[in-house]
Amino acid sequence: MNTTRRTVLKGATASGVLAGLIAAGALRPTQVLAADWNKAAFDAKDTSAALKGLGAGTAAESKDLILKVPDIAENGAVVPVDVTSNIPNTSSIAILVDKNPTALSAMFTFANGALPDVSARIKMGQTSLVKAVAKAGDKFYVAQKEVKVTVGGCGG
Amino acid sequence: MSSMNRREFLQILAAASAAGFALDSRLAWAAGKGDSFYELPRFGNVHLLHFTDCHAQLQPVYFREPSVNLGIGAATGKAPHLVGEKLLKAFGIKPGSMEAHAFSFLNFEKAAKTYGKVGGFAHLATLVKRLRAGRPNSLLLDGGDTWQGSATALWSKGQDMVDACKLLGVDIMAGHWEFTLGDKRVLEIVEQDFKGKVDFVAQNIKTADFGDKVFEPYAMREMNGVKVAVIGQAFPYTPIANPRWMIPEWTFGIQDDNMQKTVDEARAKGAQIVVVLSHNGMDVDLKMASRVTGIDAILGGHTHDGVPQPVVVANASGKTLVTNAGSNGKFLGVLDFDVKGGRISGFRYKLLPVFSNLLPADAEMTALIDKVRAPHLAKLEEKLAVSEGLLYRRGNFNGSWDQLILDAIMEVQGADIGFSPGFRWGTTILPGQAITFEHLMDQTAITYPQATLTEMKGEQIKTILEDVGDNLFNPDPYYQQGGDMVRVGGLEYTCDPNAKIGNRIQDMRLKGKLLEADKTYKVAGWAPVAEGAKGEPVWDVVARYLRDKKTISPRNLNQPKLVGMKGNAGIA
Repeated sequence: MNTTRRTVLKGATASGVLAGLIAAGALRPTQVLAADWNKAAFDAKDTSAALKGLGAGTAAESKDLILKVPDIAENGAVVPVDVTSNIPNTSSIAILVDKNPTALSAMFTFANGALPDVSARIKMGQTSLVKAVAKAGDKFYVAQKEVKVTVGGCGG
Repeated sequence: MSSMNRREFLQILAAASAAGFALDSRLAWAAGKGDSFYELPRFGNVHLLHFTDCHAQLQPVYFREPSVNLGIGAATGKAPHLVGEKLLKAFGIKPGSMEAHAFSFLNFEKAAKTYGKVGGFAHLATLVKRLRAGRPNSLLLDGGDTWQGSATALWSKGQDMVDACKLLGVDIMAGHWEFTLGDKRVLEIVEQDFKGKVDFVAQNIKTADFGDKVFEPYAMREMNGVKVAVIGQAFPYTPIANPRWMIPEWTFGIQDDNMQKTVDEARAKGAQIVVVLSHNGMDVDLKMASRVTGIDAILGGHTHDGVPQPVVVANASGKTLVTNAGSNGKFLGVLDFDVKGGRISGFRYKLLPVFSNLLPADAEMTALIDKVRAPHLAKLEEKLAVSEGLLYRRGNFNGSWDQLILDAIMEVQGADIGFSPGFRWGTTILPGQAITFEHLMDQTAITYPQATLTEMKGEQIKTILEDVGDNLFNPDPYYQQGGDMVRVGGLEYTCDPNAKIGNRIQDMRLKGKLLEADKTYKVAGWAPVAEGAKGEPVWDVVARYLRDKKTISPRNLNQPKLVGMKGNAGIA
């Protein structure tokens, strides 16, 4: 275990260094969000409406879009999702959960040259297909996998 | 008979046969074979001895193999989903033989009386010593589920098993139930007791925050001129099947990609043999062997399958052997590879049943076990009741021991319905045998033993049964968790294992009346995985019931009606 890194980060949070950075304008989450917030897509109740909101009516399956999620979630409240796109000129990646009350969980846009490799923790209420949708040029690509959310217990 | 040596035992058998005692006639044959039963000539230059899922059984026990172990989808009719005569036939085991008794439930009560108990660390120690004497520099691998399953392991927080395994000479270990002692205790044992002696390996445990490794992913050892890598694979669904709050900072999972990376790294560092010491369960191991390349053998456990011969799995770059070595100290797997010029030229595998009467107890191990038990002897040996019937646990849907627990928790707590977890550990009691407190702990000794009484809607009950059913019968092994179906008391139901989640559990009835989705029922259970659960330890509840009844009549097993399983080789 890399305890040094963990200690430094814990210390950083506690002493408000990160908060300082945000205050100094190095990170400006609210402004970024306000500019890019796609209300129609994030409020959509199902995947097809969310995809429509993103302008991605049809998306082709691509093996160059790599979605890593667990087979069974250890904790439905924080399911780790990792998406990497090897598709040239990827400009955005969206993460969707079919059976969540609002399907679109996250949306990432990449400025020129940014590596399309993202990790997030998403909340899932029940077993569902998880989809990663990438935009490259004016085309959309999808990768998907089922993540099981279970009651737990009774094993072994 | 534990103090009797093998020769004395054989002499008594001969005398008994001569006197016309009601012993199985095949015993004479067994007796004649006794001396050679454990003679296994050395083969090749890489020697791996493997036991798994002993569940802290230091003493010899009876253990009945399952008569229901269904295979679904691609697993239908294949090992490990074979029981009884179908299993014997598939592996060429002679019906009525000692091996047939070890590997199957057939004729269990009579054969158990004839051949005696199995396992016990003092007897296992003798066998290990004998095999190692003929196999220089061999490695002894422990697949895990070692520090849990008995009263003394629970009361000593696994210390009795840690000491016994060090004395036994375990070199490398993987884990599952170990983690129910909590992360701090596991690290304490690994960093202190095991330091420089036993390697605790796991490629699939990472910290939940940064994904850093918690344990070494593998151990590399040089054996008779050959570099051997042993990669550890912990039970991938520990935080789901067992309380996550006991290991809050660790994340598990199958982690195929990281397994491939680990295999490649070990090969790059010169490993000529790469084996995985796995607690995946056999179905998951079979799938993993087809996806990950470069593994010579997966020595598996978790699903407690006593599989006489390895299954050979082909993948993109070669072949991988997959074994499973049973449970409760009943078996020792012996895998020999002959490595010439960096390549495997052949292998031999034998899963040896540990017949306690054929292996004299090792004196040093006996002394350790006696020392562990001495302070608790009166409590362990308390006779709670006498069982008129056979009490066992293994089977996909129910076992007579579980039925007894269900009957007890429902009666004591005044419940309509009972749930008991589908654990696969727990020893067997023969008809007429006394049930001691130690026997009861063999079925219940866990760190979250609370007995519970919960009000549940019919709909909720259905959801739970469907959820557990999918853990067992999902056709994709990566979605299975390796336990058995939750044992159900009071409630009758029909199960269609081939159906999808939501449709497997049908026709749920309580005293003949269909369960109502909106009605509330009182459900007794135990082993809650949520933090802060309250309740009396289940062993105290069941002990009270047993002391009160004194005699336990043969149990009436509540089993579901099965749909679509006719002809399945996993049901007798």
